[in-house]
Amino acid sequence: MSKSVDQIFVNAKQWLLSWLMPAPAWVVQIVSSLINIFALLAVFLTLFALMSVLERKILGRIQNRYGPNRVGPFGLLQPVADGIKMLIKEDIVPARADKLVHFLAPILIAAAAILALGVIPYGRNMTPFTIDGGILFFFAVGSTTELAVFMAGWGSNNKFSMLGAMRAIAQMISYELPLIITVLPVVMVVGALVPDRIVAAQAEYTLGVVPRWFVFTPWGATAFILFFVSGLVESNRTPFDVPEGESEIVAGHMTEYSGFKYATFFMAEYIGMFAITGLAATLFLGGWHSPLSVLEFIPSYVWFFAKLSALLLVYVWLRGTLPRTRIDQIMNFAWKFILPMSFTCVIAAAVWHYAGRGLRGWLWSFVVIAIVYTALSMLLDTQRKFAPRTYRFAE
Amino acid sequence: MSSAAFVLIAMVTLAAALAAATLQKLMHATLSFAVALVGVAAFFFLLGAEFVGLVLVFVYIGAVAVLIVFTILLTRRDVGKDRGANWGGALLAVAVFGGLAWAVFKTQSVAIGAPHIRALTVKRIGEALMTSYVWPLQCVGLLLTAALIGALVLVMEEKR
Amino acid sequence: MTPTLQVFLIVSAALFSTGLLGALSRRHAIFILIGIEMMLAAANLNFIAFWRFSPQSQPPTGVMIAIFSIAIAAAEAAVGLALVIAVYRHYRTTNVDHLDQLKG
Repeated sequence: MSKSVDQIFVNAKQWLLSWLMPAPAWVVQIVSSLINIFALLAVFLTLFALMSVLERKILGRIQNRYGPNRVGPFGLLQPVADGIKMLIKEDIVPARADKLVHFLAPILIAAAAILALGVIPYGRNMTPFTIDGGILFFFAVGSTTELAVFMAGWGSNNKFSMLGAMRAIAQMISYELPLIITVLPVVMVVGALVPDRIVAAQAEYTLGVVPRWFVFTPWGATAFILFFVSGLVESNRTPFDVPEGESEIVAGHMTEYSGFKYATFFMAEYIGMFAITGLAATLFLGGWHSPLSVLEFIPSYVWFFAKLSALLLVYVWLRGTLPRTRIDQIMNFAWKFILPMSFTCVIAAAVWHYAGRGLRGWLWSFVVIAIVYTALSMLLDTQRKFAPRTYRFAE
Repeated sequence: MSSAAFVLIAMVTLAAALAAATLQKLMHATLSFAVALVGVAAFFFLLGAEFVGLVLVFVYIGAVAVLIVFTILLTRRDVGKDRGANWGGALLAVAVFGGLAWAVFKTQSVAIGAPHIRALTVKRIGEALMTSYVWPLQCVGLLLTAALIGALVLVMEEKR
Repeated sequence: MTPTLQVFLIVSAALFSTGLLGALSRRHAIFILIGIEMMLAAANLNFIAFWRFSPQSQPPTGVMIAIFSIAIAAAEAAVGLALVIAVYRHYRTTNVDHLDQLKG
């Protein structure tokens, strides 16, 4: 029973494909891909709509107010109203803009965000596209975002857009490095770049209780935190939302976009956020596996989306709690702390592996991380008084 | 490996490459260059070297193209336009293409179809990198470190 | 009909010539760099094509060389662009025709 509920979507797809039996193989393959794409878009666009209203409601609660509650029951139809508003707005293109680049930027950024969703395993046998090198695909596609942001900033021909794009690219490049290096220990330990294999490696339970998720090892926990912070920066969320800091540079690279193009940027940002949290859940939180072996009767995709929602809730929570950091603080944090710590994770994972993956390895890798962490915090000396700042402008 | 995909990719790649070589606006040329490289990566996928295709997209779009646009931004004073193609360059390029094409068509041994080979997995590439190619790998690591330091030293502000 | 090695080589030669055209006829240093990168990509395409069409590939040499060449191209781009910025600081131009201080 639980098995058929678990596989209900897979079976539904097989049933749909069985109508196509007489067609040649390549037709079946294309239709199968199309089904995957439609399912992916339907699920994540719904999640985007839901997330946009839930975020506002949760933020409202954090700030001791109600949040949207007028449209539909509990304000749940708010995204529909927003969508209609965005669609019927006038689409303004600045007269001196680079029209083609200005037009292509939102398309590219949305395409990159959606493509990245394609390689994440959402449940048992529920990876839309299995590529040998799926993790690399994720980052290869994700790196296109930087170019798209730059296109938006350049194409608008506006100083706020350009400054926002510069900030965005500077912080995205700085944090892409730790983002990838924190994935390395997982890839090293599993020995595969395929997300399915990584999920399968976290299937067992130690002593039948504690799941063997990588987040429960010292290197995994450190890597997870670093990955999460870097992901926060990559998706331009508070406290790292300097690229679009409203009080400083209007809306960063999105300043000159209006109407549906702006909505596309907004959507790409949220979908990028889903992708990166989904990857975090896959890499460190056991993907679609249940946290307790007795709870395995609950379908796998429910677990995956539960983990995804939990991480998204933390995103919203952080947004409601923390103020915006300064750009130089962000950069210093990336290069002086996050990057050395992520290299330490790689070493700690190697130590864990060669000390036998047991308690001994656990302790040794903990020691490695503790030493580097202490040394870094002493060297960086967070109590230091800041010297008067000197401003240097780009020439 | 289908012909339709090949023709499509070849047309997109070559059109983008031509645009990158002749467009007058620096920004447009850079973006066409990015498209051309995506086309080359698509060729790699078509040839069964998915890993290399992904690495190409990752390195060229994620790093090189972004570096180029950053440089355009930092040297903005005389950015803008450049002449498209001049006759000498075009003539030489056509001559080189003619020579290469003549050589390719003359060589009978390259007019072959693709044999059936074992799929190239990431695991195989990794094993090869860590066994027979470990010295080149170390050398590339050294080279990249040297390039990183060299680039930093070059762009560092000079103390006056 | 599936494409043969010949058509891959022709496409690669066309890509190379286009890169050459860009590198020869431009005056901006950045444009020249783009042309050179395109020529390198064409060479990589050749390596991969020869690997794919060779009868037995053990170990995959063509693929390895392509990977190394991508790494070296990235290093080259980084140093080249750093040079462009350094030159721009001194001469306020990236036009290679104006960089003739050593001439005569």
